[in-house]
Amino acid sequence: MKTFAELGFPGRLIAVEGIDGSGKSTQIHLLKRWLELQQAKVFFSEWNSSELVKSATSKGKKRELLTPTTFSLIHATDFADRYERQLVPLLRAGYTVLCDRYIFTAFARDTVRGCPSGWVRGLYGFAAVPDMVFFFKANLEVSLKRILNGRPELKYFEAGMDMKFSNDPYESFRIFQGRLLEQYLAMSTEFNFLVIDANQPVEVQQSVVRQLVGARIKPKRKALQTR
Amino acid sequence: MSAKRRIKKSAVPEMTQQPIVVPKPSPKRFYGQGIPGVEFERLTGKLIVVEGADGSGRSSQIANLVQWLESSGHATVQVGLKRSTLVSEELNQAQQGNILSRITLSLFYATDFADQMENIILPALRAGVMVLADRYIYTLMVRDMVRGMDEEWLKNLYGIALIPDAVFYLNVSPEELIQRNFAKNYSLDYWESGMDLGLSRDLFDSFLKYQALVEKQFKRIQATYGFTIVDAHRSIDEINDELRSEIESVLRE
Repeated sequence: MKTFAELGFPGRLIAVEGIDGSGKSTQIHLLKRWLELQQAKVFFSEWNSSELVKSATSKGKKRELLTPTTFSLIHATDFADRYERQLVPLLRAGYTVLCDRYIFTAFARDTVRGCPSGWVRGLYGFAAVPDMVFFFKANLEVSLKRILNGRPELKYFEAGMDMKFSNDPYESFRIFQGRLLEQYLAMSTEFNFLVIDANQPVEVQQSVVRQLVGARIKPKRKALQTR
Repeated sequence: MSAKRRIKKSAVPEMTQQPIVVPKPSPKRFYGQGIPGVEFERLTGKLIVVEGADGSGRSSQIANLVQWLESSGHATVQVGLKRSTLVSEELNQAQQGNILSRITLSLFYATDFADQMENIILPALRAGVMVLADRYIYTLMVRDMVRGMDEEWLKNLYGIALIPDAVFYLNVSPEELIQRNFAKNYSLDYWESGMDLGLSRDLFDSFLKYQALVEKQFKRIQATYGFTIVDAHRSIDEINDELRSEIESVLRE
């Protein structure tokens, strides 16, 4: 698997990964702000956000119609739509693309759901790997607390209720997140994850992230506006 | 049990009836790694696939087969492309607007297929039902191969498909397909003409070129997937006789 740089793209793709509550979305948001202030050409893309596939996904989730296989396929469809229509063209135009979750989220989730790992990886075989992947490694209990403290309404698939780990959504969520964390850790070396200690203060993490990005990536700037 | 049967026999006037063949369950497996958690021994029904272009006579053949199978005492269920509860509506919409890129469209179709595989085909086979599929993964793979997609990628993707008990490819020449499509609705379909490929700006030319490419791919993968190529230039009844005799042997297998 090659990175976008290895494939000769002028743009670079940076992804963040980690379990729910690891603080990765906060970190990528701050990275985006920093790059924008430098007038860099930045684009941000979120997991599971393709407009086209959305209605099917939300119908499947609402009516609990999804099996591990269709769950996997519908997310791959969503990813492919964003990949082909947005990410690739923007990377060709020299953008720095920031992704909140990338294919590793699918690798972890679908494998925990029982899909054969070779099959899942094959589905995403069309995608290049990011130039940088930050993995926010948080203590499981800390992450769980962050999410569960407000006693939020956990959604069926989000809590991994389809796995029948437990009838209690909170307990199910804990088990599910624990399994995901194991999967992430197992992939860490293989995919050169840049591991960030997510138990540290937000600022400490962000300065490590900015340092690493600054050392490796020279973002293309927006053309100066002529008035 | 035996007493009950005796009473029934004497009470009911005798009707002429062909003995109903109870199909022997045959071992099943997936093309690839498959769908997790499927117990093959429980799949006692049979999966029969009819492939072919629009105008090759698929629906007439399937209608006749259903009639025949049901009158022979077998329960049937039908599946086909873009018929899933999960995504059929969205897939139709997307296709009309021609807004999805190649891989996305391919994965969307695979989602539609998987939903029917898990929610219709497998449960029906578990219940001992004869499943008739109006097209299967072969059409989906061939369409993508004609569009230059990676064959290994497609093989992995459709590793979730169960290997059918019989697959018939109704083969009709592109020229004859044109005549049949015109006889039916005086028009050629955009996708069935492969207009997205840019083979020709002329719909008629594009249809001929595209269908020839499809036919070539079908024949190329025929050996790998072991389906029966049926000469579908003949009459509906003649073709149906051929299908029936093959299915009869499948039922006795």
